[in-house]
Amino acid sequence: MAGEKKTATSVTGRDDDGTTLPGSAGLPRGGPIARHADSEAPAPRVTVNKAYKMYVGGAFVRSESGRYFQVRGSAVGHDTDPPTVNVPRASRKDVRDAVLVAHNAKVSWAARTPFNRGQILYRLAEVLESRSSELEASLVRGGTDADDAAAEVDASIDRAVFYAGMADKVSALVATHNPVSGPHFGFSIPEPMGVIGVIAPEKPTLLGLLSTVLPVVTTGNTAVALASELDPRTAILFCECLATSDFPGGVINVLTGHPFEVAPIMAKHREVTGIDAWLSDAELRTQVERLGADSVKRAKTHAPRDLEFWLGERQGQGIGWVEPFLETKTVWHPVGL
Amino acid sequence: MTDPDRTDRAADRPSSDLMKRETAVEKARQKTAALALEFGKAWEYAPAPETPDHVKLEERYQLFIGGKWMPPKSGKYFDTVSPSTEQTLAQVAEGNAEDVDRAVKAARHAYDKYWGKMRGAERAKYVFRIARALQEKARELAIVETMDGGKPIKESRDVDIPLASAHFFYNAGWADKLDYAFHGRKVRPLGVAGQVIPWNFPLLMAAWKIAPAIACGNTVVLKPAETTPLTALLLAQIIEEAELPPGVVNIVTGAGETGAALVGHPDVNKVAFTGSTDVGKKIQRAIAGSGKRLTLELGGKAANIVFADAPLDQAVEGIVGGIYFNQGHVCCAGSRLLVEESVHDIVVRKLKDRMATLRLGDPLDKNTDVGAINSRAQLERIKELVLSGEREGAERFSAPCELPSKGFWFPPTFFTNASQSCRIAREEIFGPVLTIMTFRTPDEAIEKANNTMYGLSAGIWTDKGSKIFHVATRLQAGVIWANTYNKFDPSSPFGGYKESGFGREGGRQGLAAYLEVQ
Repeated sequence: MAGEKKTATSVTGRDDDGTTLPGSAGLPRGGPIARHADSEAPAPRVTVNKAYKMYVGGAFVRSESGRYFQVRGSAVGHDTDPPTVNVPRASRKDVRDAVLVAHNAKVSWAARTPFNRGQILYRLAEVLESRSSELEASLVRGGTDADDAAAEVDASIDRAVFYAGMADKVSALVATHNPVSGPHFGFSIPEPMGVIGVIAPEKPTLLGLLSTVLPVVTTGNTAVALASELDPRTAILFCECLATSDFPGGVINVLTGHPFEVAPIMAKHREVTGIDAWLSDAELRTQVERLGADSVKRAKTHAPRDLEFWLGERQGQGIGWVEPFLETKTVWHPVGL
Repeated sequence: MTDPDRTDRAADRPSSDLMKRETAVEKARQKTAALALEFGKAWEYAPAPETPDHVKLEERYQLFIGGKWMPPKSGKYFDTVSPSTEQTLAQVAEGNAEDVDRAVKAARHAYDKYWGKMRGAERAKYVFRIARALQEKARELAIVETMDGGKPIKESRDVDIPLASAHFFYNAGWADKLDYAFHGRKVRPLGVAGQVIPWNFPLLMAAWKIAPAIACGNTVVLKPAETTPLTALLLAQIIEEAELPPGVVNIVTGAGETGAALVGHPDVNKVAFTGSTDVGKKIQRAIAGSGKRLTLELGGKAANIVFADAPLDQAVEGIVGGIYFNQGHVCCAGSRLLVEESVHDIVVRKLKDRMATLRLGDPLDKNTDVGAINSRAQLERIKELVLSGEREGAERFSAPCELPSKGFWFPPTFFTNASQSCRIAREEIFGPVLTIMTFRTPDEAIEKANNTMYGLSAGIWTDKGSKIFHVATRLQAGVIWANTYNKFDPSSPFGGYKESGFGREGGRQGLAAYLEVQ
């Protein structure tokens, strides 16, 4: 079904069959045009195309299945991609591998001090800021309107800063001392749940991924996320930012592929404690909730929201994004001599 | 009594510290052997039965819908039986899907017309009224709870009923403070809540469910368990006498089908269930995609961890309270005892001594420690699991007590030499049966404790504070009792990790289950 889906973006500066010179269309350093090298014009340099890979355990990997799907996009700025790009299509085994990696990363990630996790998220914001123009171009290439792309990148960086500062505030916001009737001291504190599966919304492709993954990991969970199938390249660029920030491998893992394949596998996986699934298909949402019941999964599903929702500081972020993926642990101890 | 294996092992060990400890343990063992309790007939008490004289049960109870007592559309009634005498106490209406529909409509009407719009301060006063009436009728409620469910009167009198009242009192006070509960975030009630509760703490579970729901401005349809519906019906009378607007609380009695009709009703906004993990999963599956909010409080297989440095006598009290309280019909029961190997024998010895003093019998007797098993079906399940423990090679010990000839009874029992793979170490028995295993290091204790699909509660017994926090942060359980066990309070959030369910009941956290927090 979605395997045949193509990104509905216009192809600027080149024909679908790739036979036209880019000309003035903004490809200063060539493109997939080596076949014209024997023409009269000086031969443009042959560019190096990037192989797009998923990000699992801090490494960039292909799908173990060897499967791929293709995206197309308009060339923008310094873009070396051919008009059609192969992207890994995550399989059941890829999901399982990523969950295992996330599972192995969760103990040490949760054991870090919230202050330390906050610093790592802030480092991510720094890296994002330094690559903001690249992220913006990538969004446009993936089909996002240029004005929206600028706003989306700005909001994404600010969101990383928001959740960086959240790491060591969560406890103050949700923990309680429990004034029980009796000689006991009791308190309830938030704890991370473990591995959370995230199906990022189709749009916005960058801000949606950040806004769903960062509230999950700031409290000590690890995440296995499926990037938007509309623009997996921007998600992978985000992963490059992750890889060059101080995030330990395995804390955020990003797969590319199709929600209709990946979401049910995540929902069934017993080691995935919670799911945050943004799915346009209502039946798929129901299926995720139903399959999650087998392991009493904390399954949250959502219908798509517009860009305004995601950009908003009141709606698109907050403690309400963090709480659904926290457990409450209550501890009692007697008081006495 | 001396374990030859243990002596050999100790001799092989090079560590002198360990040798010293082994010697100390051996000395302690000899000392307790010398002090072994001989009870004989000396501790037999004269009967001290609570008189049920002034409790007047009706012959037949109807459904409480829209503030009125209505006969069921099915025309059917079922008996509710005292598990300690097997006598029928009353007949109770069997609500069907049509009755559930009437109840949900009444709840919706009450929500739209009165309750959803009412100022929190006004709602609060209604809820306070219920709390007070529960206190006023405490004795009657305790007696009926004990008759209907089989639990000792001292537990229903000292735990169930006071706590039920406390839950209404606590949540009533929240009704006009909800704007402050979530850091100024806007909140609003969800609408109609469908609630299904179990038979182990019938009135208390009704209070856990109804009190926060109505304090937050929701209206309720509650289905009590089919073996213990009476106190919920007495609560309905209290709600009637408290003059709550009609339909704010509706009680529909019945069995599994009634409950299924309730959670499946399209006009229910919120489902709250306490019961088995199997049924919880069915409910989660059934309401998938409906947009209904859900909280589940399901089964447990709690580890009670006793370290060698624990105050052992207190630990033994905690072990006994942890598993034999309410005949072990407790989802957070400490049903797996993990004892540090070096004190295993001494703990088992002390446990046997303590169990010899437990009085099993007439639940209405104020001296009774262990009452009747709630139903024949539950008794059969306990027997079946105990048999599996014997078959799998674990060693059984049952307290030496006589079982009454009528009713459903099972003696307090524990197994030693059990392995983690035994069914008695994995499955929730929901009866007075403890499975004892050992460990050598804190890491091993934590790993064994977490080796379960459940994660409701756990116990830690040690004199070392830092060890408590070390272990507590690593246990995957929602409630951790350190140097205590089975403590409950309306201000203290309760609920599980993993397959023990999700959501919390009690405390500020418990409100979130009944509010849309923006």
